[in-house]
Amino acid sequence: MTDSKTSDAESADLETFRNETRAWLEANCPPEMRKPATSDADVFWGGRNAKFSSEPQRIWFERMRDKGWTVPDWPKEYGGGGLGAAEHKVLRAEMARIGARPPLSSFGIWMLGPALLKYGNEAQKKEHLPKIAAGEIRWCQGYSEPNAGSDLASLQTRAESDGDDFIINGQKIWTSYANYADWIFCLVRTDPTAKKHDGISFILFDMTSKGVSTKPILLISGYSPFCETFFDNVRVPKSNVVGTINRGWDVAKYLLQHERAMISGMGERGVGRPLGQIAADSVGTDGQGQLEDAMLRGQIARFDVDEAALAACAERAVDLAKAGQAHPAFSSAMKYYGTELNKRRHEILMSAGGVDALEWESERSKQGARPRAWLRTKANSIEGGTSEVMLGIVAKRILDLPGA
Amino acid sequence: MALVLTEEQSMLRDSARGLISDKAPVSHLRHLRDSKDPIGFSKELWHSFAEMGFAGLLVPEEFGGSGLGYVEAGIIMEEIGRTLMPSPFLATSVVAASALTRGGNAAQKSEYLSKIANGSLLATLAIDEGAKHRPLQTSLQAVRAGNGFKLSGAKALVVDGHVADLLIVAARTAGSAGEREGLTLFLVNPKAKGVAIERTIMVDAHNAARIEFANVEVDADSVLGEVDQAAGLLDGVLDIGRGAVAAEMVGLSDEVFGRTVEYLKSRKQFGKLIGEFQALQHRAAELYIDIEITRAATMKALQALDADVVKAAPAVAVAKARAGTTATRAVQEGVQMHGGMGMTDQFDIGFFMKRARVCEELFGDANYHTEQLARSRGY
Repeated sequence: MTDSKTSDAESADLETFRNETRAWLEANCPPEMRKPATSDADVFWGGRNAKFSSEPQRIWFERMRDKGWTVPDWPKEYGGGGLGAAEHKVLRAEMARIGARPPLSSFGIWMLGPALLKYGNEAQKKEHLPKIAAGEIRWCQGYSEPNAGSDLASLQTRAESDGDDFIINGQKIWTSYANYADWIFCLVRTDPTAKKHDGISFILFDMTSKGVSTKPILLISGYSPFCETFFDNVRVPKSNVVGTINRGWDVAKYLLQHERAMISGMGERGVGRPLGQIAADSVGTDGQGQLEDAMLRGQIARFDVDEAALAACAERAVDLAKAGQAHPAFSSAMKYYGTELNKRRHEILMSAGGVDALEWESERSKQGARPRAWLRTKANSIEGGTSEVMLGIVAKRILDLPGA
Repeated sequence: MALVLTEEQSMLRDSARGLISDKAPVSHLRHLRDSKDPIGFSKELWHSFAEMGFAGLLVPEEFGGSGLGYVEAGIIMEEIGRTLMPSPFLATSVVAASALTRGGNAAQKSEYLSKIANGSLLATLAIDEGAKHRPLQTSLQAVRAGNGFKLSGAKALVVDGHVADLLIVAARTAGSAGEREGLTLFLVNPKAKGVAIERTIMVDAHNAARIEFANVEVDADSVLGEVDQAAGLLDGVLDIGRGAVAAEMVGLSDEVFGRTVEYLKSRKQFGKLIGEFQALQHRAAELYIDIEITRAATMKALQALDADVVKAAPAVAVAKARAGTTATRAVQEGVQMHGGMGMTDQFDIGFFMKRARVCEELFGDANYHTEQLARSRGY
């Protein structure tokens, strides 16, 4: 019975934490921050040139930062909140309860941080993690190249040894927000003679280094969230390599798991107005409050079933990881389903909006917010590994099916 | 609460799996079917279920049960789903035990629950009347007569109805079909005058009956819960049954999928293992993802039932809807990927397809539960 006593004491502590967290959030989360961001400009990404889009955004960020809750489960010594798995789950649940948005969005939090915590040396962790937690440095990801998309490991950007430095030459593409980023985490080829997975290193450098330039790419949404990024004799100290030289693929894969988990959660699950209500505005309801368009109603209901089920699966994936029972490739499964579901959501939104969802430039349509968002989601099943690559990973790594 | 099994729950799963895979592999069902077994399940196995505390798993400890929760019931159901074991567990230990525990008065509980726990009483809920599960459409009439009621009407798909010692019958005491008001649950002795039971041999070789009630007299003490007010009690009991069936379907889907993946790794055509073909790899991967998502949704629903049966309704609707579509997909892919072998009776895979079809209809299919979710969300 000792076990159950211990767990009783633990659950009492957790209840105290829940009550304190709820009270703190009530007192400190501004009402304006208790709804989802309506556009990318409304999201705080941090960085040297960061500007707050509103006073509540600044207040919310600074209060959360001061508690270490921009990265609640990172160790306190690196600027995190030092929360355990159960406490972190409580904090997420309490934030979701009031619809509190994340105080800081960043590839440093979602992708580089976890990789540094696992593969970085102490000096690298001390230098970079606190600045990520405090939103001081904004990072971008240098992975894809014009000839290395799904076949990422065939990348050709090369880093040649020059004393204590590498000299980097080449081109990256689809670098999200490279034009706003302060630093880049980048895959480069350090051994052109090795097999393709074996000659890659994972390296960090400042985007203001001499020889770095970026060029935004105009997408079908009319926005330019991605860039081409060029490196022309960029000099980077070898000490900026994370992990072992030529073993960067290990770091890259580990980081990709986090990237895929992040992308799988990009749908606005459980926040914002439900699809059923949005559709009711445009197609109307009958005497019993049911949508007038029965087929659309069925589509929405099926979507809602799948979305609720995926939310449970995402919760379980976190719980399994904390319990040490997760398959490392499971993020590929989540990435596949989450992105396909998000595309489905936006198809339904377009269908529900009908003619009104077709306007591209007007105040009334918020400059075509809905069709632009719809088009943006088409990248979800491509970026971070296509749906087809994800299914291949599940088939080979989880199901252990034969073949290359 | 974390969506992973605790140590105790893992142990329960292991002991259930040990017993069921040892004593009731799919060949057990095949034998019962082929020998036209008169009751359609093994009484010996049911006694083992009672000895291991499974029969009274949900029965409160004061009545000799284990007093465990719906997550634990789901664990047993998932293992039952893996081997398609015909068992009174669903009808008696999950649905009837929940109805008696949640709706029974002191006398009813003490009379029946300990007998369920020790394995000596089989019970079932008689709810469906038409081709589809529509609880509010109940029209079996119960009219007041003397100190009690007279029941007239018919029930279909009464699980284990051919062997039950106690029928829990949903009847209409007021109002008309479709209304929530006016439903009443009765505890009926299947041997009572006017009860006619026809065992129905089902596609899945599991057990069910059609039951007709012709002026069946019951006294006032046989009312379970409140007269005219059974809708709320039924909602909860049915949701518990739905959560359990969803768990059975997760076990069934996982097993049929596992067998299919093994086949992909052993069957050769065109000089290679068919599992090397990307067309099949991607379909297998999609199915795996579907099953994992449904597993999580089902665990979520069972935990929600443990926390609060009334508030769990939307989570249960999600789980049963997902379980239905996932199991349907799993068995269809299972047969298709086994090719001609999948079409043979000699191969077990068809048994899974047949059971999945019945589970889909039990307590509402995917369409029914998708509709319920839409209503609960107000559109």
